[in-house]
Amino acid sequence: MTATLVLQNIFNGIMLGGLYALIAVGYTMVYGILRLINFAHGDIMMMGIYFAFYAVALLSLPVWLAFIVAILGSALLGFLIDRVAYKPLRNAPRISALITAIGMSFFLESFAVVVFGANYKSFLKVFGEHKEILRKYILIGNARLPVLTILVISITALSLLFLFWIVYKTKIGMAMRAISSDIPTTALMGVNVDMVIGFTFALGSALAAISGIMWAMRYPNFFPYTGFMPGLKAFIAAVFGGIGSIPGAVLGGFLLGMIEILIVSMVPQVMEYKDAFAFVILIIVLLVKPSGLMGQKVIEKV
Amino acid sequence: MRKLFLFMLILVFVFMAIAEDVVKIGVVLPMTGGISAFGKLVWEGVQLGYEFKPTVLGKKVELILLDNRSEKTEAANAVARAIDKEHVVAIVGEVASSHTLAGGEIAEKKGIPMVSPASTNPLVTQGKKFVSRVCFIDPFQGSAGAEFAYNYLKARSVVIFTDIEQDYSVGLSKFFMDTFKKLGGKVSQVFYKTGDQEFSAQLTVALSRNPDVIYITGYYPEIALICQQARALGYTGYFLTGDGSDAPELIEIGGDAVEGLYFTTHYHPKGAVTEIGKEFVEKFREKFGKDPAALNALGFDAYLVLVDAIERAGNLDPVKIAEEVRKTKSFEGATGVITIDEHGNAVKSVVINTVKGGKFDYVTTVTPGT
Repeated sequence: MTATLVLQNIFNGIMLGGLYALIAVGYTMVYGILRLINFAHGDIMMMGIYFAFYAVALLSLPVWLAFIVAILGSALLGFLIDRVAYKPLRNAPRISALITAIGMSFFLESFAVVVFGANYKSFLKVFGEHKEILRKYILIGNARLPVLTILVISITALSLLFLFWIVYKTKIGMAMRAISSDIPTTALMGVNVDMVIGFTFALGSALAAISGIMWAMRYPNFFPYTGFMPGLKAFIAAVFGGIGSIPGAVLGGFLLGMIEILIVSMVPQVMEYKDAFAFVILIIVLLVKPSGLMGQKVIEKV
Repeated sequence: MRKLFLFMLILVFVFMAIAEDVVKIGVVLPMTGGISAFGKLVWEGVQLGYEFKPTVLGKKVELILLDNRSEKTEAANAVARAIDKEHVVAIVGEVASSHTLAGGEIAEKKGIPMVSPASTNPLVTQGKKFVSRVCFIDPFQGSAGAEFAYNYLKARSVVIFTDIEQDYSVGLSKFFMDTFKKLGGKVSQVFYKTGDQEFSAQLTVALSRNPDVIYITGYYPEIALICQQARALGYTGYFLTGDGSDAPELIEIGGDAVEGLYFTTHYHPKGAVTEIGKEFVEKFREKFGKDPAALNALGFDAYLVLVDAIERAGNLDPVKIAEEVRKTKSFEGATGVITIDEHGNAVKSVVINTVKGGKFDYVTTVTPGT
């Protein structure tokens, strides 16, 4: 393999890894606070793509405004989902909420089929005449680094900073951290627990929408099941990095993307089993180090 | 007042009694999922065909549309449902070869004739009595593509992108490879699967082999992305694909990246030769406000060939109908003059189209045996 080829593969891996990382961050944040694996995360991401698409296609908003609308719309959706589906189960066993999350995922997919149609739509339309932006790249050696990759990484970094700021520097962040350790006590301290949990979902869904928009910029064909595979992969990335740990999700995402790309390019004979490797990684992590690369061991309270 | 009510009631019953006496034809298509654009195109064609000929044997035809969700298991289930629950006498469907293979198995077992508009893999009809098709088969499509690449595009080195989940793609790749090697070209293969979105790893491998042509044998959602990512990685050569490209979504998703792409397919409105073919184009534009695509024309033809076979059979005996489908001779359809051989395959020309100015444009026609 020549140096150019190696470099190109690394760039490809960073692109894919960056996208996984961005999705995984939202996933893991909700888990870190609520101990709920929100399987609908990928589908909220899909809804975010549709919101952005229709904000341009139906309301003819400029691109940047459409993205903001999509992010706010998804946040509201996340909040509503929590109110309708998860809130009644606050005191139920954790497995009930998990099953509800899976149900919500199917509901959102079917809802999108009915409302938006099952056909593939093209995200290129959103950009209109600005779509050449998606194709710009920087030549390093003979390898091409798409500008989009840099954008994805910057947005991942910004989202991370923003999250840390909210969780560690604001009042609501303090409430979120309190909830993550003990809900009844937090409620006794006079915190409106439902509001804070709703906010957590809104924040997670806003992140999902951001990652969805980035995803659609890279892969402009989207349909109601678009969120399914990325959602699963991001889940794997989050578990890989240690679910609940935000830096772990970023690390897990990048590693997963890199591994997928490198396996295909170094052992082309197995390229059709690319997805299987992600799941093999999941199984190995669960067997060898269930807390993931950067996760903390959870001590069950008795 | 009461009399009027009674009269209306009787009228309703009479209508119901008349409505009972219909010939039910099942239409099994991918209306949702990965290749739903194909399902919609065929369905439009079938509906127009129905407008041309809404009755058979003096009875009204009733179309029953079933969705296979672009999945192999559903492809079989939908056919079973059409036969067992809806009691159809015959089926138009399905589109993807792997789906028709799964559904055809059921139709064959239950002895219900099935006409596929667009499944081109040879295995679809092989060893079957009840499954036929109105399109050409892939050995011909693959060799026509290979000859086009070698002679017209002057390609000497080709990398093939094969979708390992689709029988159609695996078969077409093989037939292309056989001919292209025979012509003296160099050819290699990389793989992906339906639903993949990231192809840069395969493309990096492929581009390091400096191909003149990238030949993609899958379906449009993946083709559009492969083209985009190939151009983003600096590929400047040709793209060539099979009839899996033939949906407007290819251009919508692919944008500029699919400009100049060539593909082998069944039809272009510019190539309409028969009387009914011209009428089809006209009526289609009137009804749907756009130009017909290959799958529109094939859906139209599949329906009409089937109804014609039922007419010739003279009754609704499924064995007779299946036999008559395979005796179709010089039938004038939208895609041209259709003759179906005793194995259930249509003998037809391959049309080569390209994407030009964001539209499908006609390049040339390759006739079998030339």
